[in-house]
Amino acid sequence: MISASDFNYLKPENLNEAVKIKGEKGAAAIVLAGGGEIINRLRSGEATAETVIDLKGIGELGEIAIDKDILNIGALVTFSDILDSETIRNQFPLLWETAAAIGSVSVRNRAGEPYRDSAPALLVYDAMVMIQGPGGKNEISLSDWFIDPKKCVLADDQIVTGIKIPRPAEEYGACYLKLKRYDGQDFGQASVAIMALADKQYRIAFGSVGPLPIRAEKIEALLAGKDLDEKLIQEAVKLVPEEISPQTDIRATAEYREHMSGVMLKRGLRAAAARLTKGGPDYGTRLI
Amino acid sequence: MKQGISLIVNGEARTVDVEPTELLLDVLREKLGVKGPKFACDTGTCGACTVLLNGKSVRSCMILAVEVDGQEIMTVEGFSRNELTPLQESFVEHSSFQCGFCASGMTMVAVELLNKNPDPTKEEVKEAISGNLCRCTGYHSIVQGILGAARKIT
Repeated sequence: MISASDFNYLKPENLNEAVKIKGEKGAAAIVLAGGGEIINRLRSGEATAETVIDLKGIGELGEIAIDKDILNIGALVTFSDILDSETIRNQFPLLWETAAAIGSVSVRNRAGEPYRDSAPALLVYDAMVMIQGPGGKNEISLSDWFIDPKKCVLADDQIVTGIKIPRPAEEYGACYLKLKRYDGQDFGQASVAIMALADKQYRIAFGSVGPLPIRAEKIEALLAGKDLDEKLIQEAVKLVPEEISPQTDIRATAEYREHMSGVMLKRGLRAAAARLTKGGPDYGTRLI
Repeated sequence: MKQGISLIVNGEARTVDVEPTELLLDVLREKLGVKGPKFACDTGTCGACTVLLNGKSVRSCMILAVEVDGQEIMTVEGFSRNELTPLQESFVEHSSFQCGFCASGMTMVAVELLNKNPDPTKEEVKEAISGNLCRCTGYHSIVQGILGAARKIT
């Protein structure tokens, strides 16, 4: 038994049915996809539910599709599915590199949430979260999604149906770096996603170094329109403390997180710029 | 409220009544008598409860039993019925395990790896077992065991 209180289990076969059930039951129902987060929250008592709605009977939510320049990833797509997708590997390599750094194989075989370690890459891709509820469909920018570490803007009667990722209009090189305590399954002590675009714009986001994943707008503004050289990279690293607000916890001290965020920014910028010109280390190469 | 589920466990069709709140790990161990998957961290961190679900490794402590209705589970028991497989032979030859508590989970991720990639590099083996904790060996003997199995099958 994972929960002190009983719950019913429903597995609707289509999205409309799932939306209807969630719309009627609201906060009393919890939606289950991979379960990585929900099962532990039910187990700890942090979450309770009268009903668990399993989305895994809804085939369309397991699809990866590209429509013009927009990548659609259904809510049931796992990180393993992302790693197996040639389309993603070739056209969205930053997402691929991020998926490779999540959890471990048996976690990736099940999980797919846009949360924790995957948030920085999705932020720099300007991803949209697709939701559906009694009021119909809606899309919310991931930058408006998180409210606090345990909360997002999703209403009690809504369901996340997937993520939409627009392909950047310009060619880009990118890099995702995740620092861990050891070389195994672990959430990041700090992470950074970096995109260097052909028009000399840069997109940068940090994870695990503040209450929410953060887009580093000051650093982006400093770099905008410029070619990267070591002097400019050093100036960017100096801005890191202004962008992040790390805390000390069981994974790392705040000081270590801040220092390493600078090291990771430096290495990531170099790799992203090199990859833009088809050089640099292959995606998936460990740089930290 | 109890509901009946049907699943294939190690090639055998089984049916069992479960509460929606029951975990796959508990149902396997306590109701179906399949004791290979181990109960340890209870948070999806250690990998001791790893089973193959439709051929892919998953944490059975992170899955409700009702979620796998109609699906196929393989545990270490189903992996070798009569004699040792090349992987098990290699584990023995390399003294891969000491206490053995992690062995069932390690075996399942190694099976998944070798099915997908029969000739892995050392780095690929380390990545494949990176979600499974072993507190005895320091992992070296397990990595050598899996690499040895790859040499036997290729």
